[in-house]
Amino acid sequence: MIVRELELDLDAFEGPFDLLLALVLKEELDLRDVDLAGIITAFLERLAEREELDLEACGEFLVLIAALLELKARALFPDEAAELAELEPEEAAEELARRLAEYRRAKEAATWLRERLAGEGDRFFRLGPAPLAPRVEMPLAPQDPETLARVLRLLSQDPPDVSLAHMALRFPPVSQFLEQFRALLRRRSRFDFETEVAELTRLEQASAFLALLELRRAGELAIEQAAPFAPIRVSRSTQENADPKERTAQWTVRSA
Amino acid sequence: MDRPLRLIPTDSLDRLARTLEALLVVASAPLPVEELAAVADDDPERVEAALRLVSERFAEERSGIVLEYVAGGWAFRASREEATACARLFERPAQRNLSQAALETLALVAYLGPCSRPDIARVRGVAADSAVSNLLERGLIAEAGRDNGAGGVVRYRTTPLFERVFGLESLSELPRLDDVGADAAEIRDRLNTVAERRSA
Repeated sequence: MIVRELELDLDAFEGPFDLLLALVLKEELDLRDVDLAGIITAFLERLAEREELDLEACGEFLVLIAALLELKARALFPDEAAELAELEPEEAAEELARRLAEYRRAKEAATWLRERLAGEGDRFFRLGPAPLAPRVEMPLAPQDPETLARVLRLLSQDPPDVSLAHMALRFPPVSQFLEQFRALLRRRSRFDFETEVAELTRLEQASAFLALLELRRAGELAIEQAAPFAPIRVSRSTQENADPKERTAQWTVRSA
Repeated sequence: MDRPLRLIPTDSLDRLARTLEALLVVASAPLPVEELAAVADDDPERVEAALRLVSERFAEERSGIVLEYVAGGWAFRASREEATACARLFERPAQRNLSQAALETLALVAYLGPCSRPDIARVRGVAADSAVSNLLERGLIAEAGRDNGAGGVVRYRTTPLFERVFGLESLSELPRLDDVGADAAEIRDRLNTVAERRSA
């Protein structure tokens, strides 16, 4: 039987005894959290499984567990170490007995609480606000310094100017359409506005419409529309000699 | 008492009882008589008389709600008969799955009064850190100042919730545990025998 390979299953540790010793020596495992009695029980169980007494294993185990017990005792009572060392064996036994009795009392009190809880388990009552949950620490993934520096450098640079080129509206000149419409009316007595501008862009159509209004205002042509959204018909002005006032009135009536 | 004797008209006591019922149904923690008297704006003696009326009304086997004196005050709870139905609706995280370590730690805090993690570790022989934080989270114990004022280790005491969960009127209801003296003597004898055998 090899003591160091003794498999342990404790609250604070699970694995071979050897590893436990290594972790304790490296101070990666706090002995104060380790149930040494559990180790002893595990060893005794393994020992009982064998027919004969393995004195060598027992000796090795005793040395190791004694060392662990001493370490643990020191960890638990750092300031009392000196005090206890000065005690006579009889006084030490007395002190130990007192402490064991104290622990037994605590265990009994715990048993009483457990029984009490079982007896009072059918009591339901309204609770106050729940106790505050432990504060959650925001986990941050490990970061590579190079990456962080690169990102910081990016932040320190001025961003490139945003191009507004696509926002510019290019209005075709209204004058272009003034000429077009005048020429058209010289060739034809009337035309349909929609048909003439059908192939133009919306902006060009808007310019064309402004030109149309401009020509109407100047009295160079007449506009008719039967109903809202109906085709706009444009014709040569028939009232070239009419009273400007009357024309205005007519326009007002039509547009109303 | 130099207050003149006076008759307590029962109808006004009934009125007070109704006020107390209202206060108790709204409260989430047990209310001491003095507090009930202050809030109801009445005499503590009359409040006690009215509480007797209320507890007659709200008693086990008579009502689904029971008035009880617990954790130093008066509080309503569900009657024990209705525990099964309540358990279907409610969790009780404060007392679910209390480990042996947690119960021993709780017992020490309850018996020793305000005490620190090292105090607990000294008796139990293992570090008390995880048991203490577990009990803190459950709300069964709370911080109670520090040893030697500021800068010392934190001390802990049990909360009113502890008394409520365990159905204790107060901590003085905990049983005395000094009948283990015989054990101490026996342990001492055994240790001495071992010591003698070794030195022999």
